[in-house]
Amino acid sequence: MTSELASSLLYLDDVTVSFDGFKALNSLSLVVQPGELQAIIGPNGAGKTTMMDIVTGKTRPDKGEVYFEGRIDLTKKDEAEIANLGIGRKFQKPTVFESHTVWDNIELALKNPRGVFASWFYARGQSDTGRIAEILETVRLTHRKNDFAANLSHGQKQWLEIGMLLAQDPKLLLVDEPVAGMTDAETEETSKLLKVIAKNHSVVVVEHDMSFVRDLDCRVTCLAEGSVLAQGSLAHVSADEKVIERYLGR
Amino acid sequence: MITKAVLRALDTKAVIVISILVAVAILVPLSNLFLPVGHPMRVPNYLVSLLGKYLSYAMLALALDLIWGYAGILSLGHGAFFALGGYAMGMYLMRQIGDRGVYANATLPDFMVFLGWQDLPWYWQGMDMFWFAALMIVFVPGLLAFVFGWFAFRSRVTGVYFSIISQAMVFALMLAFFRNDMGFGGNNGLTDFKDILGAPIAAPATRAALFSATALALAISFLLCAMVIKSKLGKVMVAVRDAESRTRFIGYRVENVKLFAFTVSAVIAGVAGALYVPQVGIINPGEFSPANSIEIVIWTAVGGRGTLLGPIIGAILVNAGKSYFTGAFPDFWLFALGGLFVFVTLFMPKGIVGVFVSAWTALRARRASARAQKGIGSVTPGPDEPATPRTAPDDEAAPHGAEPKPAE
Repeated sequence: MTSELASSLLYLDDVTVSFDGFKALNSLSLVVQPGELQAIIGPNGAGKTTMMDIVTGKTRPDKGEVYFEGRIDLTKKDEAEIANLGIGRKFQKPTVFESHTVWDNIELALKNPRGVFASWFYARGQSDTGRIAEILETVRLTHRKNDFAANLSHGQKQWLEIGMLLAQDPKLLLVDEPVAGMTDAETEETSKLLKVIAKNHSVVVVEHDMSFVRDLDCRVTCLAEGSVLAQGSLAHVSADEKVIERYLGR
Repeated sequence: MITKAVLRALDTKAVIVISILVAVAILVPLSNLFLPVGHPMRVPNYLVSLLGKYLSYAMLALALDLIWGYAGILSLGHGAFFALGGYAMGMYLMRQIGDRGVYANATLPDFMVFLGWQDLPWYWQGMDMFWFAALMIVFVPGLLAFVFGWFAFRSRVTGVYFSIISQAMVFALMLAFFRNDMGFGGNNGLTDFKDILGAPIAAPATRAALFSATALALAISFLLCAMVIKSKLGKVMVAVRDAESRTRFIGYRVENVKLFAFTVSAVIAGVAGALYVPQVGIINPGEFSPANSIEIVIWTAVGGRGTLLGPIIGAILVNAGKSYFTGAFPDFWLFALGGLFVFVTLFMPKGIVGVFVSAWTALRARRASARAQKGIGSVTPGPDEPATPRTAPDDEAAPHGAEPKPAE
């Protein structure tokens, strides 16, 4: 177990959280390797979002260990510290800065000193301009860079948020339901985008859309009632008796 | 670094506003002092003080807008910082009276002699020196805001809850300052001032100088706020206003951003209070009354929240209205104020400035489409060319792009 901890990027062991007696996570253990793309599926209330809340510091576990890069105890840190360690998060509902332009959204997320005075006297240099343009190209929003984020379509907001994650240049991306509410074409584009990102980042994707998960073609973890039900390739997981019974249905 | 920030702040609009303020700071005193009485262009004496008072209110509204309009922190207790700055100035002015008071005591202000006090309390020490008082004018409101903000923002008190505790703070201060034992003149406050910096306070020249100082202070505050707003920090503040948790998850310390804005705002409010007191000649605990703090919110909302010019216009117009109505229909003023607030909230959510900005944008869009229509007559645009030229959004319009959400 210790060697697994040392080599892991994210390591959750025996994590339990309860809200008013309801166990949202029930001794959950999960490991994400460096460079891995992992999908998490499971029925509503399985604890997928709560797991992300734990990792990003929004919720504190009642019990259990959460380690980043094998040595940093995430349960002792708050959201901003965790974000600066290199964990980026995309929310279920697209959350972008609506009264800023697309360009400014990326600029705000761009990896730079986050202090009050550093931000006050920040002047965008050549390299930052280049990097922002590159990210906008990746998330296919270059043509809308001067528009307010409020005026983007739902799918474009999702992409902008993914772009903001990229700008943060995190080591680990937690992506919560990236294709919810997207058209089929957008879903396909998004899975391509995530696969490109996964080439040089570790990514954990929470998703309900099985065809999307199939497209990602990666290791799948199925959660139910706050703990891991099955793990492995999608074929393996979807053949699992318990998974069929609790999630997929017969 | 700082020059860059100043230059970035000075766009055309900022230059116009600052130039107007500086011009007012020069021209009003000149007209008051050098034109003969009865000249049509002369600004009468009473108006100089009155305008000076409005400008100090404008500074206060600007301070509130920095946190409410841009960072989404609705403070219903901003009068506290204004009053504290005012009290610090009042203490200096009290000490300048010297032995010209009713009891002719060289050290103790009249109310202390009346209460039978023998010595000056420790917190009155040093207030006879202007530099020290000036330091306190900045330091006391700033410190209160820092400590209050530290606890509030760290515990993630936001939205209405913050508004309520800020209101409770100003109310508690009012009750405290009403007590005679506090040593600030209790109910009557501090008044009967004689000199400021050696000049007789009631003299027209002093009044004119105070007016100039207020107009310049407003110009400097405007520049400072523009420096914050136009920088990346200003964008972070708006980000905090619109999506606080998102800002946190991309790694900004939201509490520090808020604390910075809140403290800067309190310092501006304190300076405004210090300029207000010598022009009205009195400071009493009434300035801490919650209703006063709520009025600041109304000025800001009427003028246009989330714009730097809005609160200045709002404060001046509402107070000019107040001066007129309280003279002409004294019973009617509070109804007018209440009605105005309801009207603005319902029909002008972006305030007076917002109405002008949207009218201007609409006009530009019409002109652009008219040009495009003419264009079709002469040259046929290619199939890929857009019918209307896309205009890059300018900075001032940015907060109007999306509906600024109320503090939540």
